[in-house]
Amino acid sequence: MTCDVCKQGQATVHLTEIVDDQMTELHLCEECASQKGAQMESHFGLADLLAGLADFGKQLETEEVAGQKCANCALTFEDFRKVGRLGCSECYTTFHRSLATLLKRIHGSTHHLGKSPMKTATRTPKVKSELVELKRKLQEAIDVEEFETAARLRDQIRELEQNKHRKA
Amino acid sequence: MELNDLINHTSEWLKGTGPNSEIIISSRIRLARNLAKHPFSHRAKKPGQEEVLRSVEAGLADCHALKAALFLKLADLDEVDKQFLIERHLMSRDHALGDDHKGLAISDREIISVMINEEDHLRMQALQSGFNLRQAWQILDALDDELAAKVEYAFSNEWGYLTACPTNTGTGLRASVMAHLPALVMTKQINKVLQAIAKLGLTARGFYGEGTEAVGNFFQISNQVALGHSEDELIENLERIIRQVIEHEQNARDAMSRQDRMRLSDRIGRAFGTLQSAYIISSNETVDLLSSVRLGVDMDIVKDIDRSAVNELFILIQPAHLQKLEGKKLSSAERDVKRATLIRSKLIGNSHP
Ligand SMILES: [Zn+2]
Ligand SMILES: [Zn+2]
Repeated sequence: MTCDVCKQGQATVHLTEIVDDQMTELHLCEECASQKGAQMESHFGLADLLAGLADFGKQLETEEVAGQKCANCALTFEDFRKVGRLGCSECYTTFHRSLATLLKRIHGSTHHLGKSPMKTATRTPKVKSELVELKRKLQEAIDVEEFETAARLRDQIRELEQNKHRKA
Repeated sequence: MELNDLINHTSEWLKGTGPNSEIIISSRIRLARNLAKHPFSHRAKKPGQEEVLRSVEAGLADCHALKAALFLKLADLDEVDKQFLIERHLMSRDHALGDDHKGLAISDREIISVMINEEDHLRMQALQSGFNLRQAWQILDALDDELAAKVEYAFSNEWGYLTACPTNTGTGLRASVMAHLPALVMTKQINKVLQAIAKLGLTARGFYGEGTEAVGNFFQISNQVALGHSEDELIENLERIIRQVIEHEQNARDAMSRQDRMRLSDRIGRAFGTLQSAYIISSNETVDLLSSVRLGVDMDIVKDIDRSAVNELFILIQPAHLQKLEGKKLSSAERDVKRATLIRSKLIGNSHP
């Protein structure tokens, strides 16, 4: 059987997908399969790919991870190999070394260079949404002529704004 | 806004406007995000899923871009509703499966949609008409910033955003465009181009149709890698290659127009004629013919019909849309009749090219 992608190599990796009760089969040579590893993921799931390339999965199972369980979600590396999905954020710590190898293989890198939620958190502080909310309540209070409430809200807003300026 | 209102509006990304919209139908950015410590959706028990759904929904409802959004729980939807949302590109096929606690938020004009408890706790996307990845990224980046202040994301300084599947680890970003490449297909250059794209580390696949066979000359091209580059770099890299694809398609169109405009006009005219006169038509045949008509519009061979009307037909002729329009369930044979009726009503009054 020849490879469905390059139409030249001998197909040794066989993938099956079921969409709407219809079965689709894809036959690939070793080279196309590994070249298109990430592409297959969207179409077939990494689990199938790992199953197809049995050695690939085995290779990742270092001494470190054999028999180890994620303390947070109880996933084992064996589970991961079967389903191709990690169990929680802490799995990344538990299986750090094996995942480093895998990430390197998938992305060609193990260093995140993108944005970070920490920077984000300081860029848009919580104070801001709290302020918006208080100002909305103040307007409501004024609208229904609850002036006592309005006065209290005005003081709260003033305090928040002063705090913000002090920090900035 | 309610679910049933969507069908009366054209999604923003179908407007047929924006840079290079004669070749690039739409641009999409997707981000995968998870909450720290909470088991990922497939691993979570029902109460855990419900908790994630509730806290993510609360966070999203507070975000500026989703102020007028429609929030749906998948459990409340019937099969046609779910199919309808898939057809509108607002959620994935996977999201419709199972009885997990899943949610969907859809912004005004369908620019942003957020799946909750898909493979990751959050899958957010922004869609724009034409070749407009930058704008889609800006929209989603802002929403992501806002949400990051309300929930605690799963994140590591070393590996970035932590996702259920390691192929998304890092930025969690997938940028893609839907490209209409009929001239590359007709001139038999498409395989060469797709192979080049794969060599450059991008993914290209047929948009309509199952498996490897593409229907209607639509291709989705996206980045594969998510780690080791900034979001801007990933997008720039995709843009650079897409610009070349656009150039190749444009050259092929120009060459056909110069050398064989009569044959091209004949093909497009016949496609238009069939759509205007058919009484029974399958969705595959429709997509194929509409692709020709769309090329005709883009090359000024078909006049008096605008691009957005053709774009909209691609969406409306799908099974769940037809059933929504009819207001009841239709068998496959009934749909083929309804589809032809709908197309005739939309295209009649437009003169033959
Ligand atoms: Zn091959
Ligand atoms: Zn875990």
